Amino acid sequence: MTHDHDHDHDHHHDHDHSELTETQLRVRALETVLTEKGYVEPAALDAIVEAYETKIGPRNGARVVAKAWTDPAFKKALLEDATKAIGTLGHVSRVGDHLIAVENTPKQHNMIVCTLCSCYPWEMLGLPPIWYKAAPYRSRAVKDPRGVLADFGVTLPKDTDIRVWDSTAETRFLVLPMRPAGTEGWSEEQLAEIVTRDSMIGTGVPKAPEEKTK
Amino acid sequence: MNGVHDMGGMDGFGRVEVEQNEPAFHHEWEGRVMAMVRAMGANGGMNIDAQRFSRESLPPAVYLASSYYKKWFLALEQSMIDRDMIASDEIAAGHSLRQSPPLKRGTFSMDDVKRVMVRGSFGREPQAAAAFAIGDQVRTKNINPVTHTRLPRYARGHTGVIERINGCHVFPDSNAQGKGDNPQWLYTVVFSGRDLWGADTDPSLKVSIEAFEPYLERA
Repeated sequence: MTHDHDHDHDHHHDHDHSELTETQLRVRALETVLTEKGYVEPAALDAIVEAYETKIGPRNGARVVAKAWTDPAFKKALLEDATKAIGTLGHVSRVGDHLIAVENTPKQHNMIVCTLCSCYPWEMLGLPPIWYKAAPYRSRAVKDPRGVLADFGVTLPKDTDIRVWDSTAETRFLVLPMRPAGTEGWSEEQLAEIVTRDSMIGTGVPKAPEEKTK
Repeated sequence: MNGVHDMGGMDGFGRVEVEQNEPAFHHEWEGRVMAMVRAMGANGGMNIDAQRFSRESLPPAVYLASSYYKKWFLALEQSMIDRDMIASDEIAAGHSLRQSPPLKRGTFSMDDVKRVMVRGSFGREPQAAAAFAIGDQVRTKNINPVTHTRLPRYARGHTGVIERINGCHVFPDSNAQGKGDNPQWLYTVVFSGRDLWGADTDPSLKVSIEAFEPYLERA
């Protein structure tokens, strides 16, 4: 394992040390049992963990958004059939079926949630953050989305309608945020840098052009 | 089932806490759990809907108090015990103590990794024509199965509009029980926020769910 264990002990999500140790031991016991039974090869598990830590993340989604901002034909194709449109981009890893892209406009802001579990377009955005999987977001997003957005420091204009998509099946949703003013003439690579993960979930907006280097 | 996992519209959980620069995993064991769940899903015949049902079936207090991957771990361990793939004395011993039946698709090895890194397709051949068209008014049924369902409580018994037809998909309510794909049409059904939550609600709010045809009737 290439993992750094140091951060295990100072993180605010930690419960007490003994509980952590107990869980660690139980997980190890289960992996040993599964390995001895010939159910799993530990190296194959390593490969999955490594892929999530290093290869899969929101930059996949950011590239798709940047492309849609600069290429109207691609944007049209993306909104019609996101899985198919992304399949035409060689530099983005293949996505599974049933991806739906939804466009933010001055008239409508879109926000994605999974109230029942944690459905999330991980091929586009990586593993979901803890808040996406936790009770505060899952409970409130469908009832008080503007209040949830306030937790993220986002205030929508009063005349922008809000639409929440609850991912209750195997369809997955990617928000296409609005391209910020002041980015005229930017390349796809430059644009991809201001597309944040949260802007593709609908709990944030892209960085302002002057924030690009942050 | 009407479990605590069905959280839409509940109050009292507090504000959303965002962690800056959150790592993929906070502890090494979380990654191992995630990988084991993927592996057993891919080769051990534990389908996604059965996995979800096993997490929903954790005792409510455990569900609410456990971290995300702790829930995954507890549910994985329990469902493997329920399927006689492992036994609790083996977990306690930290070793396999007896032979278990081989996995449906054999040992999960390096050759299987690629397959689990792309989400599978849940689209299936329709058994019949779609009953609803875009723009149709529908009402969600008032159903309360004790088994797995993907119709959240907050959206039961409400009138909405068919906005998209998303093809014909594996029906989770059947698949979770090992009763096969039983493919059903899947629709995006949109409701007004006021219809769901009452007159005090933001009038601009619309909420959609992904609803399988058996959840719906004509309004």
